Amino acid sequence: MTIDDGLIQYLEELSKLRLTEAEQAAAREDLGKILGYMQTLSALDTEGVEGLSHPLANENVFREDAARPSAARETILGNAPRQKGGCFVVPKTVE
Amino acid sequence: MDLRDHTALEVGRMVRERRIGCEELARHALRAIAETEPALNACVTVLEAEALAAARAVQARLDAGEALSPLAGVPMVIKDNICTAGIPTTCGSKMLESFRPPYNATVYERLLAAGAVLVAKTNLDEFAMGGSTETSRFGPTRNPWDTARVPGGSSGGSAASVAAGQAFYALGSDTGGSIRQPCAFCGVSGVKPTYGAVSRYGLIAYASSLDQIGTIGRDILDCAAALRLIEGRDERDSTSVARPPEAEAPAGVRGLRIGVPANYFGEGLDPAVAAPVRAAAQTFAAMGAELVDVALPLVEYAIPAYYVVACAEASSNLSRYDGVKYGFAGAGAESLEELYLRTRSEGFGMEVKRRIMLGAFVLSAGYFDAYYKKAMQARELIQRDFGRVFTQCDMILSPNAPTTAYKIGENIDDPLKMYLGDIYTVSVNLAGLPGVTIPCGFAGGLPVGLQLIGRAFDEATLFRAAAAFQAETNFHKERPNRPSVPCGREAATKNKDLGCGLQVQPTVEEARA
Amino acid sequence: MNYEMVAGLEVHVELSTASKIFCGCVTDFGGEPNTHVCPVCTGMPGTLPVLNRTVVEFAVRTGLALRCDITRRGKFDRKNYFYPDLPKAYQVSQLYLPICRDGALDIGGGKTIGIHEIHMEEDAGKLIHDPWEDCTLVDFNRCGVPLLEIVSEPDFRSAGEVVAYLEKLREILLYLGVSDCKMQEGSMRADINLSVRPEGQAELGTRTEMKNMNSFKAIARAVESETKRQIEVLKAGGRVRQETRRWDDNKDASFAMRSKENAQDYRYFPEPDLLPVHIDDAWIERVRREMPELAEDKRRRYRADFGLPEYDARQLTSERAWARLFEETAARTGRPKAAANLIMTDIMRMTGDSGLLPEDLTLDPAKLAALIGLIEGGQINRTVGKKVLEQVFFHDVDPEAYVKAQGLLLVGDPDLVRAAVEKALADNPKSVEDYRGGKEKAFGFLVGQTMRALGGKADPQLINRLVREALAGEPAE
Repeated sequence: MTIDDGLIQYLEELSKLRLTEAEQAAAREDLGKILGYMQTLSALDTEGVEGLSHPLANENVFREDAARPSAARETILGNAPRQKGGCFVVPKTVE
Repeated sequence: MDLRDHTALEVGRMVRERRIGCEELARHALRAIAETEPALNACVTVLEAEALAAARAVQARLDAGEALSPLAGVPMVIKDNICTAGIPTTCGSKMLESFRPPYNATVYERLLAAGAVLVAKTNLDEFAMGGSTETSRFGPTRNPWDTARVPGGSSGGSAASVAAGQAFYALGSDTGGSIRQPCAFCGVSGVKPTYGAVSRYGLIAYASSLDQIGTIGRDILDCAAALRLIEGRDERDSTSVARPPEAEAPAGVRGLRIGVPANYFGEGLDPAVAAPVRAAAQTFAAMGAELVDVALPLVEYAIPAYYVVACAEASSNLSRYDGVKYGFAGAGAESLEELYLRTRSEGFGMEVKRRIMLGAFVLSAGYFDAYYKKAMQARELIQRDFGRVFTQCDMILSPNAPTTAYKIGENIDDPLKMYLGDIYTVSVNLAGLPGVTIPCGFAGGLPVGLQLIGRAFDEATLFRAAAAFQAETNFHKERPNRPSVPCGREAATKNKDLGCGLQVQPTVEEARA
Repeated sequence: MNYEMVAGLEVHVELSTASKIFCGCVTDFGGEPNTHVCPVCTGMPGTLPVLNRTVVEFAVRTGLALRCDITRRGKFDRKNYFYPDLPKAYQVSQLYLPICRDGALDIGGGKTIGIHEIHMEEDAGKLIHDPWEDCTLVDFNRCGVPLLEIVSEPDFRSAGEVVAYLEKLREILLYLGVSDCKMQEGSMRADINLSVRPEGQAELGTRTEMKNMNSFKAIARAVESETKRQIEVLKAGGRVRQETRRWDDNKDASFAMRSKENAQDYRYFPEPDLLPVHIDDAWIERVRREMPELAEDKRRRYRADFGLPEYDARQLTSERAWARLFEETAARTGRPKAAANLIMTDIMRMTGDSGLLPEDLTLDPAKLAALIGLIEGGQINRTVGKKVLEQVFFHDVDPEAYVKAQGLLLVGDPDLVRAAVEKALADNPKSVEDYRGGKEKAFGFLVGQTMRALGGKADPQLINRLVREALAGEPAE
């Protein structure tokens, strides 16, 4: 499968990744080979097969609606690269 | 006597019989780590003070009369993608280099309750994506049998650690073979349990519908004993299941039907690996098992289906690493977009990026049906295939990996070749079945493992067969060449200058003699 | 050329469960930032969701009330996109198998709005602009609060219909007890998809999506404004751009939001961390059986069973708290009309005057019933009744004990009243004369004098009757 620059850029955008030119070139080749290999799946007759999204046959696993104590704020924020006023911080983000 | 020749269960027994103290054992493990780490790099974080404190606490509980478990006080290691509160859990990635989880994984909580003594967090391929433990941020782990070679992966650190005698047993995780293949490469035993048998709460997700935590030990009984400590329903993991009650079964393999799929021994399998696996099948037959020819024709679709599903889930699971809540954050970003781009481009290694992009591709508009949906359909057909085969046999015997451990750097630049190495293991994850690996011989001085695949939640039959094999053979008792760590009574008498100081009290019989 | 607008609504409601959809944190509005959070709802690595059963129950309840088909085997899907209010960078939602489909809601005037689907999902966190450092702060308290997204068919043709639908929907959700529907707190939010087309044209025009309306009024204005804007664009020969617009209530206008490229490729796929939800007949039947009575049904019952006029029935069902108070009080007194009057006049006024909301009231229906008994039984008069009600309302006093202790019971002995009447007539011969001379006003004066003599505690009607009798029985000398 041939992967063009546009597709690599689209995947970078979707993945929030920015590759160097060399990485892009390598990605074109590797992804082309791998996706080409994945295309072997097209030879498989899957007519009428629903598809398995989960290996377990279970269903209906619930928790009851009961409030439990939340975590201490310090533990939740403890790994944050930046915090302020009990909040996580990101660069100015406006809609 | 070298403690490293004992199994975890044997050492656990010594602990309960007060023939050895937990703290001495922990010191022994830490010493073994100190001796072997420079050559192996199996550990990301060695927990010296924590291990000694834990050992003393376990000893106090034992001395207070608590029953704990057969493995109480026995030093062990955990793969560094399983969360340990306050203890770095890096996933082998720059992205989580600084991450200290605010909570414990369920498996670790259960181990703590059972008196486990954690001595180190072990190395892995970054985010468990790989089969060689070469993509870790912290450098490759080396195979104790030949340090120029990989230990397999992604649980390479755990397998190498147990093989080298650093720890008596280990936890790993297996998404497409990540416990079984490194066990085969390092000559140790391992189990990838049925999907749902062990809680995934606290296992940092790679591919959620495939990931499963399992155990690694010097023999299969250690793996089974360790699995018993961690398995079972967990209310924090919707996909965890209570093990159904097991029927009493006689020991041994007499009457067991073992399926041997001919196409698993075909093209691509190194003949030097095929020979000991075939010989092992004959050993089973000689012990009274019935060998049955079975067909699993869909194996060629397993790898593409696996990589589609795994990469799709990974692309979503790894989106949360954005430099906001935890882990690495790209410096100097003045916009949100820039923060995302810098964080993720600098924080992830190339293999992780590759799989994220593949996953984004197979889920994206226009490609979903041809890739993701098709893979889910293939997955269902593969599960059906196993269901059919398990009407003809009780378990399946196959090779574990096409080759023995390869040289570090040998495959790293060819991702597709690397992926193809998972040919015998991934379909087990796709179908959610249990698989064990045990050593079955050597090729060119390197261990060869075989894989046994069972029915869902029928680990018991796999353990029974593997235990019978290990009672009959000595492959699992072979140890790699290693610097001698003086231990036990001999050490205490002959090698006092080395300061190991480990005292194992003689048994009553030994004392009488 | 005349244009017709076509709109559909996506309404998000936060469910009033005790805990979040996938973890045990509380769903309470507000709170110090990041104090209603845990490793699960902040997307810590390794954490997993476990579905709150009540969310499913509430969704089914809503679906049944909106005449939907309930999906028997449903699943959750991940919707993937990066945004700082979404800690996992995916929202657990339902794309392929939403829990309810194909419903309908009558909004009056013979108009029915189709319900396309209802799905369950998790709410996102909140972004707060920090003007000091010109950065944005992230609070995850709201993250993981359960949401229902109720998607209508494009059946709206006017702003009036949109508002009627929202009012009706809000009333139903409140009566179902699944949400408090407070737009100002964001527990009910509506996005509008709107397009216009020349009248008579079958195919739909290009639509825009409008967000950020904080009241029904704002929604009505946004619909009107966007309709007008699109018609103007078309009349000027332009083309409507498919975009998301943000309503600015202060400016009374909407603005196109920065459109992100590729933002629409959400890469949905089945959520592997959750198992399918299977809703069987027994479950549906149980939910149906336990379903609270809706306002519509209450109004019908109030009219039929209690003989209340339509206006009263509407007033009493305007809030669920009124209906509950009314029904409990009526049941205890057996005098539904008196209960209705007491609530609709004095209690509603006092509630409003005190700045309380109906659901804040802690009035004891048993005490209201006792008060009604006192008034209707002629033991206290209405003026005293109002006083006693105030005591019940503000101080939760027991009406019977209170009137006794305060000596407010009416003088019920006709002889005592008659004696007072006689004394009043004797003391005021001029008035008696005036009355007999045709001055009706004098009658009131004599009644007043009698009442005063009795300390205001007699039944005015009794005094009236006895004064009239006395005046009639004793003709002028």
